Amino acid sequence: MTISEERSTEVSGASSGHPHESRGLSWTQRPGILSQNVITALVFAVIGYVIGHWFGNYLSSGYTYIANSGQNSISNTLALAFGVLGWLGGIGALNYPVAKLFGVDGLEEESPVDNWTKYFRYSLDHKVVGLQYVVGVLLFMFTGGLLAMAVRAELLNPTTHLFSPDTYIKIVSEHGTIMMMMATSIIVGPLGNYFVPLMIGARRMAFPRIEALSFWIFTAGYMVIFSALPYGGFPTGWTGYAPLQTQSGPGMVSYLLGFAVIGLGMILAGFNQAVTIINYRAPGMTWSRVPIFVWSILATASLLTLATPVLFAGGLFGLLDKTVQTTFYVTEHGGSSYLWQNLFWFFGHPEVYIMALPGFGIAGEILPVFTRRPLFAYKVAAAGMIGVALLSFFVWQHHLFQSGINPDMRPLFMLTTELISIPTGFIFLVGMGTLYRAKIRLEIPMLFVLALFFNFLIGGVTGVFLSDVPVNVTVHGGFFVLSHFHYTIMGGLLFAFMAGLYYWLPKMTGKMMNKKIGKIHFWMMFVFFNLTFFPMFIIGLLGQPRRVFTYASNLQGLNDFSSVSAFILGLSFLVFFYNLVWSMWIKPEIAPPNPWESLGLEWQTASPVPAYNFERIPVIMTDPYRYSEPGAPDYADLGTSEPSAPSKHSLA
Amino acid sequence: MTNQTTNSTGQVHHIRRMTVIWIILSIVADVLYSIFVAAHIPPGRLTETAAKDQTDFNILIEMAIPVLLGVWIYLSYSLYVWGDKRNPNEAFSGDAARGNTKVQASWIVITTVTVLFLAGFGTWALVVDHGSGGGQGPNPAFAPAGALKAETAALLGRATWSPGSTNVLPVQVIGQQWKFTYRYPTFGGFESSQLMVPANTTIAFNVTSLDVIHSFWAYQLGVKADANPQVNDVAFTTTKDPGTFIVRCSELCGIWHGSMYNNGAVLSQTAFENWATTTEAANAANTALLPAFAWTYVPDANGASGGYYPDGTLTPYSPSEVYGAKQPS
Repeated sequence: MTISEERSTEVSGASSGHPHESRGLSWTQRPGILSQNVITALVFAVIGYVIGHWFGNYLSSGYTYIANSGQNSISNTLALAFGVLGWLGGIGALNYPVAKLFGVDGLEEESPVDNWTKYFRYSLDHKVVGLQYVVGVLLFMFTGGLLAMAVRAELLNPTTHLFSPDTYIKIVSEHGTIMMMMATSIIVGPLGNYFVPLMIGARRMAFPRIEALSFWIFTAGYMVIFSALPYGGFPTGWTGYAPLQTQSGPGMVSYLLGFAVIGLGMILAGFNQAVTIINYRAPGMTWSRVPIFVWSILATASLLTLATPVLFAGGLFGLLDKTVQTTFYVTEHGGSSYLWQNLFWFFGHPEVYIMALPGFGIAGEILPVFTRRPLFAYKVAAAGMIGVALLSFFVWQHHLFQSGINPDMRPLFMLTTELISIPTGFIFLVGMGTLYRAKIRLEIPMLFVLALFFNFLIGGVTGVFLSDVPVNVTVHGGFFVLSHFHYTIMGGLLFAFMAGLYYWLPKMTGKMMNKKIGKIHFWMMFVFFNLTFFPMFIIGLLGQPRRVFTYASNLQGLNDFSSVSAFILGLSFLVFFYNLVWSMWIKPEIAPPNPWESLGLEWQTASPVPAYNFERIPVIMTDPYRYSEPGAPDYADLGTSEPSAPSKHSLA
Repeated sequence: MTNQTTNSTGQVHHIRRMTVIWIILSIVADVLYSIFVAAHIPPGRLTETAAKDQTDFNILIEMAIPVLLGVWIYLSYSLYVWGDKRNPNEAFSGDAARGNTKVQASWIVITTVTVLFLAGFGTWALVVDHGSGGGQGPNPAFAPAGALKAETAALLGRATWSPGSTNVLPVQVIGQQWKFTYRYPTFGGFESSQLMVPANTTIAFNVTSLDVIHSFWAYQLGVKADANPQVNDVAFTTTKDPGTFIVRCSELCGIWHGSMYNNGAVLSQTAFENWATTTEAANAANTALLPAFAWTYVPDANGASGGYYPDGTLTPYSPSEVYGAKQPS
């Protein structure tokens, strides 16, 4: 059987599960009080929580040390774990696997009825999951952002305090953890799930159940990590260093379990993306014809799959230390305080690139559209992403330069860390090459991409400073580091996410985002992002360590400047939400089928995207970015009876 | 003017223009930086280490400025010249637009050479500066001459230092929630909450912790070393003239991390000896109660003072042998 024959059988197999066929819906999917949706999930989660809590108490009631400590981590852990299981069971994620476990055949989830309630249900449609993710990550981001506002408010004055040091450090920790968890999924989740199948000409993800599961695990993880606050918070920052971790209260359980839960979702999501991209590409889509965004998701997916298990294991060790008194991280009893640092950063540094690569992908995807030029040095871009992904596993000890671990390995880690700026530099070569003698349209997505290059350059160059051990002595653990990674993650990834939203929301919702409000949003966000974080480089150089509630009084001017800018930066997100509500519900402007005149496959299919994406599986004819080339063949043959959407080779 | 910037086909030499702007601005910016800013860059020049760290930082900045300017000039130039309002023509396309072997190859070569130079330079700076003031763990690979000898002598209670001597002075830094204390093995192992060091002397900071991870950051000295429980993290610096400095904890260690700081001073050698001998005498009664000087300490089950591995071997700590006190069962 040839590959294309195989694909067509596969496709017919997929369409047999088409929702509009006349098979009856199972009771769990019917609209009505008994169907499974986010409300049943919540109820089940609460029931699971109570059962877990009782079970934990039952298990550990005989131990005096637990009675004496006044704190039962076993019951905390089991309560949250059972709560997560309840959440997943309540939404319906466990129906199919459990039925299979007991050999019950014939139970197959249908995609739920096609109305707005599908967004609150367990859906196997990658487009529904994509939009669910959009709302999910925005909620995450909003929570983390509010906490950031609180942090900056506390730092307005070195001596007058808004919060107690206890509350402050918990706010800082919760802000960091929520943002980092959100950032691992902010592009892979919403835009990856929605657009990867569309861009590779597939009808679905390879594993739709795993895809839906990863989203509902992601939401469960959000609730688990948020539960740290009612539990009294945790004081370790997002890095959770032991033995401080071992010494902390019940909020720490939420942190450890939250990372483990989110980690599970990340592994599943990454695995699913990688398999989809490798196996589900349309006929004719050779590796040199894969859109650059898909390359970036592939590189990210490999990191998600390979790095996250280490965090997962590290989190479980921490939970064991807290619940059953093992001593993985307790030096005095044979463990090591370095162990967590090693495990955490072995995950943590690849994770940084999990947060950078999708941003590069979006930049590479959007630049050709708004410059009407092919992507410059396409292969170098793909190689750069793979190179970054590979090298990212060999740099983690640069977080531990001053820790006394492996001091003689520092030159090596300095070398690998600096080497990674070579493949990262490829992205700049590609971006700048694409701009050369182009026809640049400054639409909002393009503005965000240009801002990404501006911000990420500062973030990248300061990264070289940090990798230099002699300079690291001064800047490690201070605001310089803090500013550096906000420049890469917020200045890079978040700007890319915004670019992606403005670029792709018309496809996802059929409505254009308002351009005028969008411009206000962009300029507010760009200007005040830089005004917030650039002073922090100076604050850090002048000696302010991270995560402090008080600081030297001569730094108040700079801190206030940064805080006020941060508040306006926070407001810019309200402008964004206003634009979202305005353009989607209040005064929607219907989007044309291909508003940016892109050649991308995702814009060639019908709008709104039909349930299984393509009437027929497209056949890819040529390279993805043949802009301004009169006479170039269409990117894809959609095989539809009516003429395919005209591909625009020029602006005319 | 037009003749200079266009080639035979009437094409504008964009790259040549940008390069000229770039070179001029880079030189101007670098010169301005070195005249007006470089001398004020932290951590200052209180010690040899700090001075070298400052120089390294400045070298990196002088290299970063052209990189930043290069990209910024390119971006601004592109937006100005190739914006679609000024540029109604068909965009440049064809094979040359998809990639250019010469451009790609030279980009890769230039970035690789730069990066390898930086790594080589950083390694050289790290080695010649004896670890650049960073924590090097219990077995420092880049120790200055005489330092390891002084360390061994300190543990055996035989370390000596007096004004004018070239001996390395070991000082122990003990982090705990939420303060630093300092022990001076050369002066009978007394413990002080003040950090005083002599001028023109190489200091070996031995950093450890009694509880969680802290980080000893003597800002103006250019020293930073994590304080890990059960680990002796050694960092070196050589002081120059007298002056004051601030010590901060730079690793999150709990609620009061933000207020874990104190001030220290580099004193003239005689003033330091005065201070040390006076404090040694004043603290003698307290010092007698302290555990013998050791690289690391385990707080005992009573939560008071420290146990230790007396001579660096793995003899387990036994409070009943040391204090004659029984452990609570």
